[in-house]
Amino acid sequence: MLTVLLILIPLVTGLIAFGLKGSGPKTLGLISSLASLAVTIAALFQFRSAPESLSHSCNWIPQLGAGFSVGLDGMGMMLSLLTSISFVLIFIVINKREYDRANSFYALMLLSQAGLMGVFAAYDAMLFYFFWELALIPVYFLCSLWGGEKRIPVTFKFFVYTFAGSLLMLIGIIYIYLQTPDHSFSYASFTTAALPKETQSCLFWLFFVAFAIKMPIFPFHTWQPDTYEQSPTPVTMVLSGIMVKMGLFGVIRWLLPVLPQGAYVWSDVAIVLSIIGIVYASCIAIVQSDFKRLIAYSSIAHIGLMSAAIFANNEQSLQGVLVQFFNHGINIIGLWIIVEIIQDRLKVKSLNELGGIAAYAPRMATFLVIISFANIALPLTNGFIGEFLMFSGLYQYNPWFMAVAGLGVILGAVYTLNMVQKVIFGQPNQLTETTTDLRGNELLALGVIVAIILVLGVYPKPMLELVQSTTELVNKVY
Amino acid sequence: MPVQYYIFLSIALFCIGVMGVLMRRNAIIIFMCVELMLNAVNLLLVAFSKMWADAGRVDAAGAQIFVFFIMVVAAAEVAVGLAIIVMVYRNSQSVDVNIMNRLKN
Amino acid sequence: MINLVWLVPLLPLLGFLVNGLGRRYLSKSLAGIVGSGAILAAFVISLLMFLEVRTPGFQAVTVQLFDFISAGSLHIPFAFQVDQLSSLFLLIITGVGSLIHIYSTSYMHDETSEGFARYFAYLNLFVFSMLILVLGANYVMMFIGWEGVGLCSYLLIGFWYKNTNYNNAAKKAFVMNRIGDLGFLLGMFLMIVHFGSVNYAEVLPQIAGVAKGDGTLAAIAILFFVGAMGKSAQVPLYTWLPDAMAGPTPVSALIHAATMVTAGIYMIARSNILYTLAPCVQNVVAIIGLVTAVLAASIALKQDDIKKVLAYSTVSQLGYMFLALGVGAYTTAVFHVMTHAFFKALLFLGSGSVIHAMGGEQDIRKMGGLKKYMPITNATFLIGCLAISGIPGLSGFFSKDEILSHTFAANKLLYVVGLLTALMTAFYMFRLYYITFCGQFRGTHEQEHHLHESPGAMTFPLIVLAILSVIGGYVGLPAVFGAPNLLEHYLHPIFAASAEKVELHEMAHSTEWLLMGLSSVLVIITIFLARNWYRNFTDNGEPRTGIAKVLENKWYVDEIYDAIIVKPLGMLSRFFEEAIERSGIDRLVNGVGRGVQWGSQQVRLLQSGQVGFYIFAMVIGMVILFVIGFLVR
Repeated sequence: MLTVLLILIPLVTGLIAFGLKGSGPKTLGLISSLASLAVTIAALFQFRSAPESLSHSCNWIPQLGAGFSVGLDGMGMMLSLLTSISFVLIFIVINKREYDRANSFYALMLLSQAGLMGVFAAYDAMLFYFFWELALIPVYFLCSLWGGEKRIPVTFKFFVYTFAGSLLMLIGIIYIYLQTPDHSFSYASFTTAALPKETQSCLFWLFFVAFAIKMPIFPFHTWQPDTYEQSPTPVTMVLSGIMVKMGLFGVIRWLLPVLPQGAYVWSDVAIVLSIIGIVYASCIAIVQSDFKRLIAYSSIAHIGLMSAAIFANNEQSLQGVLVQFFNHGINIIGLWIIVEIIQDRLKVKSLNELGGIAAYAPRMATFLVIISFANIALPLTNGFIGEFLMFSGLYQYNPWFMAVAGLGVILGAVYTLNMVQKVIFGQPNQLTETTTDLRGNELLALGVIVAIILVLGVYPKPMLELVQSTTELVNKVY
Repeated sequence: MPVQYYIFLSIALFCIGVMGVLMRRNAIIIFMCVELMLNAVNLLLVAFSKMWADAGRVDAAGAQIFVFFIMVVAAAEVAVGLAIIVMVYRNSQSVDVNIMNRLKN
Repeated sequence: MINLVWLVPLLPLLGFLVNGLGRRYLSKSLAGIVGSGAILAAFVISLLMFLEVRTPGFQAVTVQLFDFISAGSLHIPFAFQVDQLSSLFLLIITGVGSLIHIYSTSYMHDETSEGFARYFAYLNLFVFSMLILVLGANYVMMFIGWEGVGLCSYLLIGFWYKNTNYNNAAKKAFVMNRIGDLGFLLGMFLMIVHFGSVNYAEVLPQIAGVAKGDGTLAAIAILFFVGAMGKSAQVPLYTWLPDAMAGPTPVSALIHAATMVTAGIYMIARSNILYTLAPCVQNVVAIIGLVTAVLAASIALKQDDIKKVLAYSTVSQLGYMFLALGVGAYTTAVFHVMTHAFFKALLFLGSGSVIHAMGGEQDIRKMGGLKKYMPITNATFLIGCLAISGIPGLSGFFSKDEILSHTFAANKLLYVVGLLTALMTAFYMFRLYYITFCGQFRGTHEQEHHLHESPGAMTFPLIVLAILSVIGGYVGLPAVFGAPNLLEHYLHPIFAASAEKVELHEMAHSTEWLLMGLSSVLVIITIFLARNWYRNFTDNGEPRTGIAKVLENKWYVDEIYDAIIVKPLGMLSRFFEEAIERSGIDRLVNGVGRGVQWGSQQVRLLQSGQVGFYIFAMVIGMVILFVIGFLVR
């Protein structure tokens, strides 16, 4: 029941928020996200004691064999935790901002949360597809209504691109549906469909392209920097922190168990694409002068590593990926919060116009340094554990792949330190002299993030235990 | 006579009808060509009916029912179509079909 | 006592937290007391532990705090290992560390109180990381410390963050270290694949069972060595260390001379069995070490910045230590780490004292004659120079001579080059000494007026380190002196496995005496040469030419790296950005969109509104269908 609540809370409050005025939507958003967080934590405790009680199933479209079956395993738990925490953080940070048509803004944000929760909880292919699209649509409106100057063409591209991918996936889902013995969309029938190898290797691409666009991995990534750049920052946080995980999640939940042989045939190709993405995006990030684009490319590099580790598909790599799901989300949201703060204060995005902020906003500088180093996986920050396990797993798959992917470690240091240096170090200029330090709500959000970074960096065990079950399951199916 | 002769004749008539519809611009002639096509089909139906009757099929006459249907439809069509043509003529003093591409905008 | 080992890293960590979080509220004296006190307390605990560890028959103790990583079959505990090696390093780190902290309270006094506390916070964090590095009971723990010290080095090199050059130096240090770290990581993964563990207690015995010359061992060894190259500034990854002198001078003394840069030596000493069983890699280590030693020493001959001379000297001495490791003399390498920590920290702190007195001036051409203004600094600096040059009786003599004699036993050619390096060392150190402390003062009038001996908090560490530089060598007396070699005896359990596998070359005592005498005489001659040339140095301001110019410009290595790595990387990135990303993939993607639009424009023309055309199209279509149906059948 808790799982259904996790979807319903944001959905209902989102719809209510449309009708509110003044500061109503803002308050409702915060309350709703806090409620979701509380429910997630309750679910976490229930997951420890009785994991099967989180599954819930009822009829939805019985004529088609599509049921409303939701549930949370370790991975789903992890992602819903990420989603709830992220939304709370986002709402805290934007608490002092005023948006035009605030009611629609908050309503759409909440609806996207509902969609995301649904994706992570769905155990029915039709339901999965439904939520997959449901999560996309509010984001489209958020970008195109509150975005930057070039928002219209950019969001159009974003929408069409991801939608095209979704349609390919739909074809795949329907094909598998027709092959299932009991004509059902349920996860169980999908995983037991036992398709012949040739079919699987064709179907692989239908799913893979959809997920690859969403992640995104090279060469399907070009919508992403533009969209991140043009979206309002809270939306970028949702996109980069949580929404990219939809693609990775899709691979683990739907692609590997349903098409194991297809994945086996094409895993080398997928890994090579991912690794090209790591090196390529890292290189491009080095020469970016726009703050948001730099983080966007850095995200592509990180996602590339996760995707490669998924397809390497051994115990260590998968566990690394699942842990990294959470940690990458937290870290990148931390970075975006700082971007948001700087943009709010100084109204610039270009790194070349910044500099010397450390002297005027020492707290922010400290937070930026910590989060940046977590982003390049310094040991004892949360980024390390996942990256270590992913590299280790990838190494077991193929040492050469890992060695090339490891270049990302070096290049990552280059562009991250470039960014840190250009933003907070150096001589302040006329503009940056006016920077004021963090306010209460920003301090709270960043404080939570840094606490998570350090605690999970030093003591990652609870995290690893949480995802253990998923790892074992996937490995068994494979 | 073998049924092929009828078939060739009705194909010829039908093609004449098609070409007429495609090439002529006078609405009345187009109309007549449509009738020609319909009648080519009628001829074919009658010919096949006869062929099957000779072969001993008792239900072969069914084809001739269609012929009557087609005649009725053709008559109805003529009634409506001619009325439209008359209206067009009254409006534009012409029965040239190209005039009617004004409908486009 | 040993079970309280976690207190040793915890104290600096607490110091870091107090100073870091309270940097706005703490007064300078309080921040200094917290910072230094934490390290001093850690030193006391280390000393107590050392007393326990040095008892004969002590077995390594592992103290596990909690499970750090457990994924599948891989278990990596967060555990500390106390044994002879880590205990010795603890003493060096906390001991030299405390002295440098005390020194810093005075040296950094001109900072704002916030900057002062920040400095101590970073310094404490560094000591914490370094302690994790040496205390860790597995390679992942070592890696945690390994990267942690890299972070602190980054933060401290760029301590004065408003200066872009300093920031660039900090970034360069971190990135070059990361290149090495990648090697370290790869080595660890290879180890995980083959041995299923990274815990010393499990892996090292397993390795000892592998046959000599095994390919996998060689691969692990070389990958680890790449890591060591980055951290310990060996060719080709050494160029960050001289640039790292941008940081405050006590930082250079602690991080870039005494402790962090010796992490590579610690790593190889810790994995000694691995290298013993991979003789080809050992040769590589020896050769790289020697090349580094010669190259850096040659550059140091013509540097005019007091800290740069010491930095290249550090690189050169590190090369020496790797040479020792490469010829299998692990104890000697650790011995040299220890003595080097004493005299190089002394020299750096002395240079800091000089810079302090000169009001921030680092160019030795503008100094001179400081002897009479700063007697204590002068005396201690001279002791440092004598020690590093290897004058008999001082600590440097014993460690360096042991390295040279082991090298002689292994390979005569390496010995000759090593001896040459030792002479170069003596020459550039005394060049530095004479130019700085003797002759006439060459700075401005204002500076001369300002010259003074440093306060007690700075001279006290100098004196202590000077004493250690003199007597530190007597713990490792060579066998020829007849006295017991305490250090070798103490470290024996660590290197026992290696010692079984390989017979160290024994030399006749007469040869050893001969070598010792030879090197001593040559060093003294070199010192006199330097004295004659530089005692009355005057700066004629002429630019250098020929080989001197090449040396002054550090063999143009930075320029070469810039041309073959940095620039191509930038070009590649821009190529990716402009040619592939914007004009390639993105244009293709947008092209699909435009193609659809263009196609629609064209198809739209078919909707002409001509009924005749529609019918014609319909007929044509039907005809085509018929033809297809006919042909297919």
